[in-house]
Amino acid sequence: MYKYDQYDQAIVDARVGEFRDQVKRRLAGEITEDQFKPLRLMNGLYLQLHAYMLRVAIPYGTLDSRQMRMLGHIARTYDRGYGHFTTRQNIQYNWIKLDETPDILAELATVEMHAIQTSGNCIRNISSDQFAGAAADEVADPRPWAELIRQWSTFHPEFSYLPRKFKFAVIASDEDRAAMRLHDIGIQLVNRDGILGAKVFVGGGMGRTPMIGPEIKDFVTADDLMSYLEACLRVYNRYGRRDNMYKARIKILIHELGADEYRRQVEEEFAQVKLLGIDPPAAELARITAMFADPGFDPAASDDIDRSDPEFAIWVDQNVKAHKQTGYAIVNISLKPVGGIPGDASADQIDVMADLAQRHSLDELRVTHAQNIVLPHVRKADLYTVWSALTDAGLASANLDLISDIIACPGLDYCSLANARSIPVAQKIATRFASPERQRDLGELKLKISGCINACGHHHAGHIGILGVDKKGVENYQLLLGGSGAEDVSLGKITGPGFSEDGIVDAIERVTDKYVAVREEGERFLDTYRRVGMESFKEAIYG
Amino acid sequence: MDNLLRFRDDAAHEEPAVTLDAFVDGQSNATAVRIEPGDDARALIPMLDRLALVEVGFPSFRDGRGYSSARILREAGYTGELRAAGDVLVDQMPFMRRCGFDAFAPDAPIDADVLARSLDRYDHVYQRAADDAVPVWKLRHG
Repeated sequence: MYKYDQYDQAIVDARVGEFRDQVKRRLAGEITEDQFKPLRLMNGLYLQLHAYMLRVAIPYGTLDSRQMRMLGHIARTYDRGYGHFTTRQNIQYNWIKLDETPDILAELATVEMHAIQTSGNCIRNISSDQFAGAAADEVADPRPWAELIRQWSTFHPEFSYLPRKFKFAVIASDEDRAAMRLHDIGIQLVNRDGILGAKVFVGGGMGRTPMIGPEIKDFVTADDLMSYLEACLRVYNRYGRRDNMYKARIKILIHELGADEYRRQVEEEFAQVKLLGIDPPAAELARITAMFADPGFDPAASDDIDRSDPEFAIWVDQNVKAHKQTGYAIVNISLKPVGGIPGDASADQIDVMADLAQRHSLDELRVTHAQNIVLPHVRKADLYTVWSALTDAGLASANLDLISDIIACPGLDYCSLANARSIPVAQKIATRFASPERQRDLGELKLKISGCINACGHHHAGHIGILGVDKKGVENYQLLLGGSGAEDVSLGKITGPGFSEDGIVDAIERVTDKYVAVREEGERFLDTYRRVGMESFKEAIYG
Repeated sequence: MDNLLRFRDDAAHEEPAVTLDAFVDGQSNATAVRIEPGDDARALIPMLDRLALVEVGFPSFRDGRGYSSARILREAGYTGELRAAGDVLVDQMPFMRRCGFDAFAPDAPIDADVLARSLDRYDHVYQRAADDAVPVWKLRHG
């Protein structure tokens, strides 16, 4: 894991002082709310329906037990005892007091954490593969590259007032577990003739105009990466639309310019920028990479799992994934108990996960974009102990990637942008499909819910997506089918007229019934949908 | 220009600035130009040696195009006064200084103490820009 040196620590400490000063000036009336807004947003502080919300950065979703415990402490001390893990691998707290935020940031800084650029029209937290460093299929650990980008983008003086927010994802496997091509810039590390480089996709995104990012550059080495990204951002800062915030993301620019013309302009800019000496030396990537070296795996760890407890065996089959190291496994902790709030964890649960990471996962945890937690390095021999502790804490739902493993935005229960509630719909769907046997029979089925067209709940990328809208003052839910945020990326299509809150649950059941009726052996829902097409499902839904 | 703040030793340039179009069409003998957010600063690169002042307009503090304009001019070797004018807020000035601005004409007066604290706040930066701050990767590796 990355560890701060004196420079990183000094920068984060200075940020605490800066924000304390800004809050003081705001409370004293020296700056207006309008002027304060971009300052607080660049520290992840939103004003929601009922209170301030603070979003804390978890760079590329990786943290250690000490940091996790701090997140629990903040939930307990400054919030109402809960934290909400987000689709950007961050955590947010929904009941924060403005005058306490400088103290929260000061506490975070003691464990090398912050809320820098978790909001605002700037480069946001860099996301990555939650299995990085543990997955067998990666060409390299993507996180050193993500950390390099994190440092380059932190307080970037030229790109802190962009037309709109800007999100990066970095992966290093063909299997895409991070929705890479639905980011403003998606990077896939690839190996070419023994040299590691970045394949760069630009202009993906969800929101009201979803787009899959086209490939803009097939290979950039680490030596050129910062110059190349600087050129990408500079072209966007110059031409990105500022007359209409709904058309200000880079995906619109690239759609309007065309990928070829954007690429040409980036190359032209790169030729200038490359001369400026802004690329860190190879020694810097080497320094960071050394911190992501494999933790001390036990080469003698047993590869056997005692599956005699049937409940445990079900959980292993559903939530435990293969590790690159013999004798180890990747544990996925579902934050999606039936009837719960997707992504929520209590302070006590956060502490339990921290303890398990410390004792059984070489002190590491990950947050996933599907709002779950990962213990990346668990000995197979420890799985039963871990499962037992998770069961006691209400964290052993064996539903990873099943229909109740729902991504949902906070929706109208919290968010001032929302048109409809998301959480109650997620709860009703999970309750309707509560039977574990039925869920497992339906197999991999990624269901994602957004409470407005901003798509924070990734509904475009759901095998089944739900979009909440306001229809003449009544919440109405549109149904989408066929999306995917994985390597087979696609955007879901709307089935037709929307539904009431209860009607949407019935409609989903008609969809799954149809799937069960027509699926072929081994076909996931998404495969069946792609084979039989929308019309057949429409008929089942609307009759 | 009551609120003019300068970080240069030379005297403030008094000549009124002309628009970018007027300057580049060759008819003007002006030594000061004002560029707006939609203007392409690269158009000035062939004639930087004629300029003593470039004023970059910020009609709204949210519009960040002027930051790129400033850096492009500094990268091209411009050494004259580079002035951020308009809706320029104290908390933006450290970033503007890093992009090469060395003068400010903000619409609203700036509290000198707040500005001093703000400019002194960070001892270290992560990236190279148009100022002479040394990025931490350089400090780490020499």
